[in-house]
Amino acid sequence: MATHGIRDKVAIVGMGCTPFGEHWSKSAEDLLVDANTEALASAGLAQADIDAYWLGTMGSGYSGQLLSRTLKLDYKPVTRVENFCATGSEAFRNACYAVASGAVDVAMAIGVEKLKDSGYSGLVSTPPPHDGTAVAITTPAAFGLLAPAYAKMAGLDDDTLKEVITRIAWKNHYNGARNPRAQFRKELSMEAIRNSPKVSGMLGVLDCSGVSDGSAAAIIVRAEDAYQYTDKPIFVKALSMVAGPGDGPMDPTFDYTSIREVVKCADAAYAEAGVRNPREEIAMAEVHDCFTPTELVLMEDLGFSEKGEAWRDVMDGAFDLDGALPVNPDGGLKSFGHPIGASGLRMLFECWLQLRQQAPPERQVQSIVTGERKLGLTHNLGGRPGDCVSFISVVGAEPAS
Amino acid sequence: MRTPPIGVTAYGVYLPIWRLQRKDIGAALGSGGGHGSRSAAADDEDSTSMGVEAGRAALGRAGRASGIVFATATAAYADKSNAAIVHAALGLDRSVSAYDFVGASRSGVGAIVAAADAGAAGRPTLAVLSDVRTGMPSSADEREGGDGAAALLFGTGDDVVAALIGHGSASAEFLDRWRIPGESSSKLWEERFAEGAYLELAKEAVDGALKAAGLTMADIDRVAVGGLHRRAVKAFAKSLSREAAAHSVDPQAPFLLVDDLSDTIGATGTAQPGILLATALDEAAPEETILIVNLADGADALVFEATASLPAFRENRTAKSVSEQVTGGRTVDYQRYLTWRGYLRREAPRRPDPDRPAAPPSARNADWKFGLAASRCRSCGTRHMPAIRVCRHCHSVDQMDRERVADERGTIATYQADLLAYTLSPPLIGAAVNFAGGGRLMCEVTDADASTLKIGDEVEMTFRRLYTTGDGVHNYFWKARPVGRATDADKEA
Repeated sequence: MATHGIRDKVAIVGMGCTPFGEHWSKSAEDLLVDANTEALASAGLAQADIDAYWLGTMGSGYSGQLLSRTLKLDYKPVTRVENFCATGSEAFRNACYAVASGAVDVAMAIGVEKLKDSGYSGLVSTPPPHDGTAVAITTPAAFGLLAPAYAKMAGLDDDTLKEVITRIAWKNHYNGARNPRAQFRKELSMEAIRNSPKVSGMLGVLDCSGVSDGSAAAIIVRAEDAYQYTDKPIFVKALSMVAGPGDGPMDPTFDYTSIREVVKCADAAYAEAGVRNPREEIAMAEVHDCFTPTELVLMEDLGFSEKGEAWRDVMDGAFDLDGALPVNPDGGLKSFGHPIGASGLRMLFECWLQLRQQAPPERQVQSIVTGERKLGLTHNLGGRPGDCVSFISVVGAEPAS
Repeated sequence: MRTPPIGVTAYGVYLPIWRLQRKDIGAALGSGGGHGSRSAAADDEDSTSMGVEAGRAALGRAGRASGIVFATATAAYADKSNAAIVHAALGLDRSVSAYDFVGASRSGVGAIVAAADAGAAGRPTLAVLSDVRTGMPSSADEREGGDGAAALLFGTGDDVVAALIGHGSASAEFLDRWRIPGESSSKLWEERFAEGAYLELAKEAVDGALKAAGLTMADIDRVAVGGLHRRAVKAFAKSLSREAAAHSVDPQAPFLLVDDLSDTIGATGTAQPGILLATALDEAAPEETILIVNLADGADALVFEATASLPAFRENRTAKSVSEQVTGGRTVDYQRYLTWRGYLRREAPRRPDPDRPAAPPSARNADWKFGLAASRCRSCGTRHMPAIRVCRHCHSVDQMDRERVADERGTIATYQADLLAYTLSPPLIGAAVNFAGGGRLMCEVTDADASTLKIGDEVEMTFRRLYTTGDGVHNYFWKARPVGRATDADKEA
């Protein structure tokens, strides 16, 4: 028994992504229509050309009918998927597998979430009936657990770590300020981030990604058919997904300085894509920066930094737009907010723009322009450190050599 | 041949860590106030959770009882049994009966007498007495009341540390204090009216108890008088003193008056007779006699005689003495106290209200939720919290033994002070706690100061009420509490 990847078997030939933000005047259905319309247009396809759909949403609707009813689809299969904050990526993964299997010719992965309508800050979900014994800390606190643990592991004092995570937020807002689809499009000063009101532990409001509404979609075809649709398809080099056993909250050896699911997920993704040295081969990465300490830890778990050294790389600007490996060039969750079902596809959308060299010049990744590097990576995380699912895709502009 | 003694075989007291300084009431409201402090149950405590803590202190690790009776005037539930929750949290066998004595503060003595009778009949029974005394802001009840719990295990034989040698009772119907169910504070008749009635009833009760014990007041070494009618309590203690002095070898100190804790803890209502007895037993030498008098819609008097087993019990227990708990308090500011009591309604966090624990999973997981029993893998020894069926280490299925963790200590592996989470007492501190016996628990930390908490701090487990849902379901579970309880009484919450 083994897992077999689908490297270079499928390609993305069209994408759409709504602006993310406070869409008070739009419903989840409206956002789906917008993302779908843009994706079809970018591939030059009509609705009838799509053979099957994978819809990602956590709580904005139930069953495939959220999509079929909205788009008035003509009796096509629509699968609704949910995998916490990796929901959008999960829709993409399943659509890719359907096409790779030969079962369908053209598939759409589409994700949506409408969070602002709840009236609450942060994520809101309705758990199944339970015994009331799970600890009731919020998501910022759950990810905040990484902060004191990382500081201890790397030998940093709290002030130094605060500088590091502040710089991560600062960088992502700098990038997001150059993205018309981002919710927050203002550069922020380090001081404003550092002094933002406390939410949990050393995390301030500006260490947290925002709440927003949005939708994004991708159209997937067999690799060999890709050039029929566009002269710049994006080829899927690796899809990796890991659902963890939830050990962290019960394993005394889990130290909250690393996310095991991400390490395993990255190993599998790099093996499938044939990446030996991610730090030198990946041109850009869209990672799950739900909270600033998350991005810090991810740099090590994704193999971009040595263990205990990510904080130094962050401070050296290695992951800045003009750094060796730009991370979250679109502004990340920090600038976009996090409509669960859409975020994974939003990350992919930035790879789509960057690898096709369609990102605005002020945030275009230079190693792609020079042809020095050819791969983009998306990393999407659902759940909490120690108890989560992780998804990674590696995509490239070139077909199998 | 002397019949084997019947009486208390183990006892324990729980006092919340928080103290409301009475001067703070005066400072805030321009009235009330006074000197000293009262104990205050935190927002995650109620009569049931405090009863559990007292029960744990009494039973220790290997405690055995055939039954428990739980008495409170401030029940967390009506209709539903609170004793059943105490029973589950103490990890008692299913065959152990659990009954509630709920409603009047006199239920405390009622539970003691019932447990003593059952113990005498060969069924060791734990009387758990617990109360959260409330009162409208600036009222005498708010100022003079106190929160706490006591638990007394009654049985017979060599384990008896205090033999019950006399009981007298006098009952009468008169309107002293009353509270319609659902109200948060009592109403009181004019104080002088009941004073006379109490003095008369208490004398009858004491006379009856002494007669039953075959003693006179001159034979009594320690006396404690309790009750919510503070004026009658003081007056009766004085009259006993006069009576004893008339016959005593030392008229200046006819007996030792047990501190009724009114300056530090306040009058704890239903729990008070138990707390006063425990206070006396913490100090008494073998063969000393102790008279406990309680005034509540009538009067009761109980005479105990400390046995030779008492010093050994005190030495071997791990629970804190009453005086250690009295001096281990921390000040809660008045505004926070009022919020806890529901007298000061604050803006709720912009988060959904916590949803209610569902009955079937709560019942399925009762050993975990109430008894904090983990599962340990028979194949590889790995311990899991919560209890699970498939071992996370060796993946064996259904090779688990249940194992209670409630009485073990742990250390904080990492933690966060969460300012966004729903709580009446922000921040909500969440932590990963590692246990020396294996395993890790993610849980809340209570009675802690987030600014001084550190990775590596030692904690112990305490049974708490996490929150109450909109439809009135109390969500009980265990929290971690720093072991070194602060002793700086002036420290602000």
